[in-house]
Amino acid sequence: MKSYDAIVIGAGHNGLANAAFLAKAGLDVLVVEKNDYIGGATVSRELHEGWQYSNCSYVCSLFRPEIYQALDLGRHGLEVVPLQGGVTFKQNGDYYGNYHQPAIRRREIARHSKRDADAAIRFDADLMKWCRLIRGFLLRTPPDPASFKIRDAMEFASLLKSFYSLSESQIYEFIRFFTMSIAEYLEEYFESDVILAHFSGGSIIGTGLGVYSPGTAYVLLHHAMGDIDGNVGSWGFARGGMGSIAKAIASALQSYGGNIRTGAEVQEIKVRGRKARGVVLKSGEEISARVVVSNLDAKRTFLGIMNPKDLPEYVIRRAENFKIRGSSGKLNIALDGMPDFPALEKGSPLTLGHMHFTDTLERLERAYDDWKDDRWSADPYVDLVIPSQYDPTLAPAGKHMVSVFVQYCPVEAEGGWTEEKREAFGATVIDQIANYSPNFKDLILHVEIRTPSEIEAETGLTGGNIFQGELTLDQLMFNRPFPGYAQYRGPVKNMYMCGSSTHPGGGVMGAPGTNAAREILRDLGKVNTTPEDFGDD
Amino acid sequence: MEKHDFREVLQRSPFFPRADALSQVKVWSPWNGYQTARIYDTLASEYFAIRSSCSVFDMTPMGKYRITGPDAIRFLTRLVTRDISKLKPGRVTYVVWCNDEGQVLDDGTIFHLGDDGYRLCAQHNQLDWLLISALGMDVTIEEETHEVAALSVQGPTSYSVLEAAGIDGLQELKPFDIVNTFLDGFDVMVSRTGFTGDLGYELWVDPNDALALWDAIFGVKARGLYDVRPIGLEALEMVRIEAGFIVPGDDFNTAETAVRADRSRSPFELGLGWVVNFDKPYFTGKRALLEEHARPIKRRLVKLSTEGNKPPHDSFLYDGKNGQRIGTIKTAIWSPILKSNLAMAEVEYIKGKRPAEIWAQIYYQKELEWKVVWERCEISGKPFWNPPRRNATPPEPF
Repeated sequence: MKSYDAIVIGAGHNGLANAAFLAKAGLDVLVVEKNDYIGGATVSRELHEGWQYSNCSYVCSLFRPEIYQALDLGRHGLEVVPLQGGVTFKQNGDYYGNYHQPAIRRREIARHSKRDADAAIRFDADLMKWCRLIRGFLLRTPPDPASFKIRDAMEFASLLKSFYSLSESQIYEFIRFFTMSIAEYLEEYFESDVILAHFSGGSIIGTGLGVYSPGTAYVLLHHAMGDIDGNVGSWGFARGGMGSIAKAIASALQSYGGNIRTGAEVQEIKVRGRKARGVVLKSGEEISARVVVSNLDAKRTFLGIMNPKDLPEYVIRRAENFKIRGSSGKLNIALDGMPDFPALEKGSPLTLGHMHFTDTLERLERAYDDWKDDRWSADPYVDLVIPSQYDPTLAPAGKHMVSVFVQYCPVEAEGGWTEEKREAFGATVIDQIANYSPNFKDLILHVEIRTPSEIEAETGLTGGNIFQGELTLDQLMFNRPFPGYAQYRGPVKNMYMCGSSTHPGGGVMGAPGTNAAREILRDLGKVNTTPEDFGDD
Repeated sequence: MEKHDFREVLQRSPFFPRADALSQVKVWSPWNGYQTARIYDTLASEYFAIRSSCSVFDMTPMGKYRITGPDAIRFLTRLVTRDISKLKPGRVTYVVWCNDEGQVLDDGTIFHLGDDGYRLCAQHNQLDWLLISALGMDVTIEEETHEVAALSVQGPTSYSVLEAAGIDGLQELKPFDIVNTFLDGFDVMVSRTGFTGDLGYELWVDPNDALALWDAIFGVKARGLYDVRPIGLEALEMVRIEAGFIVPGDDFNTAETAVRADRSRSPFELGLGWVVNFDKPYFTGKRALLEEHARPIKRRLVKLSTEGNKPPHDSFLYDGKNGQRIGTIKTAIWSPILKSNLAMAEVEYIKGKRPAEIWAQIYYQKELEWKVVWERCEISGKPFWNPPRRNATPPEPF
């Protein structure tokens, strides 16, 4: 029977990236995927005839350019087009237009508050300081601060060195930043309600936290630390949808001789003599491998496909307590034409970016309150984008594909989800949009409504949590997923983790998969095929 | 508040219709959100208008803040490093201001407008910092960038041109003086200030009177009396280096925009120690500056001239030919009037002393072929260009 050098469980972007770097090093690699298609949450499929739905992740910024370059993904079909600007509509018919051109953006902020226009300069520079600091650690294995190994000590020293490259006052600010709520953080800069609401949106996306919850300031950074061609904080659309990222990595993997099997769900990781030996599929088929890598989240890996008798009690307990709360929903909508937004002038470029309909911090916090009570937000925060304005491959000419990310939506609606409740959730979101776009409903040809429950069912993300685990300090860096297990190695030999449950966390980044590949190759004594950080002096 | 027209990405100053009509090449740049001429005709003709006749530059986009209220002078004293207690009504002074770490946020000028308070002109957007600094003071701070239109009229014939245009009261106006006068029934404030190192004036009017002011000045040319030419940002860049004026953002990073820890600069490092006064009441950054002042200086922004005829654009500086690298050029020009290469450069000082020798490695190009030369450099303690006519009162008539 054939035995592989490595089996990677889950063909999401991290699993594929991990497998690609292993295959590039000459390993015989197999990726097994439960669905009949690849991509995990980095997926695009034709769910309505003529329309490509990126029904989970929908925009790209965090994906590391080093990986893009190292796997030659441009030649494998990937193209990321920067998206421009955004808008937050106000309830009084006005809006804040986050124009992509700096001169008019500044004037627009000044329209809401002259002071805020100048404070934005301070805000941008400060956020860039934290971005610069953290970006250097994305493609590195977090050091274990409790370890006495030379490598850990060196890495920890390097971390401290970057930290102390900040000035004294910056160090104080940085420590505060990691523990603050986004509302409190932004209020140190801005005074206008709509500006505060607009800039805080990125800090609640995907989290089970509200704008006044400590720790949300970091989530803003997590969404701002990516870049497109050096423009830090920029977001873009993958041409053809987010699935293009998975397809390009898969194509690179196959070009190195790697294999992918879809429709092959793993039942269990086989462990013998405290060593991983391969996997058993749901079908009963057993596949052996020298190394087994799980791209599943920490809960699903340790509580789902591993036998408790193979695991230390500590790992089981940590996995049980791992914070991975689903809080996001998604509507994917095929439209018969471009919707009108009467608050905007005809031809306004603001529809090209992220569109929001929540104009105060208070409304954002109330939306969170609903979620805590196991209800979807009655007044939801949405991040609406219309990528078909850029990408002709997503919808027929003149028609549009709309992606609506929704915060908040509970894992279990009070008393459990039913078809009626799911429809009611969808209607709440569509009503929110229709408040600002009167012809929106008339244009709808097809809607896919996804609560955390559907997201979990399709992608396997526990609770439908898009980050494979909450992005709070207790679950970041050397604490991710658990203290002592942050270096991608599992609790049994030859078993590794490569998903977003590991450092540096969620978002379509590819860094966890790549970092895990580096550690695996190191353990196997193979040449390192993973890229160095580009660095930034 | 009224929404913007998204098509008008850059704002147009009230002088724009005239500037546009006179622009022969239509080359514009954004400056503080305004569509500003880089060049109207040719760089040489604009440069020599400043140095030999009369130039007009639209400086409306310059950031302007009005500071009023009982604590206005207390506020400004706290803000800037310079002692401004002796600044009289009708006078202007050059200032810099720092953050708590003694790092320069911006430079600019304070105009004492008498009963109307003070005007602070700044290169960068400062409202946020000014309001932070005003905490606990009875002072009102309002941005008036867009509410005041301004022209800078500079050059040896600028006095004669303004006289001929019908602006009175300039004869006895000394450098850094302000006079409020009238032109055809509207108010014009004139200050004998500028960014060229030459004889010149800055004229401040209500935006509604902007075109009438422009027409009065250019009318002098139409009447055949004196040549008057509009100039763009490129000619201004040449003369300001000749005059030894620094530009925040080009010659150094302002503390608010600096991201990397060592990228901001103190007044001492910028050669602005002469506007830091430790004897005045407490000002923001004083403690840090006192500490820094007690230590040998590590680096300085200097006025540098290089031999030869190749301006040292983007050059590295060394302590000898093929020696150790000790600095970089920030901005550089060829000066047509001094027939010399002039630059603003940052140089490392060792034990508080400037390097004994400075050499520049200069890359230049002729017909797409790149070449490199080494040239000796010299630090100038004084402005490269400072003619007697700049300060002559009354000014030389033509």
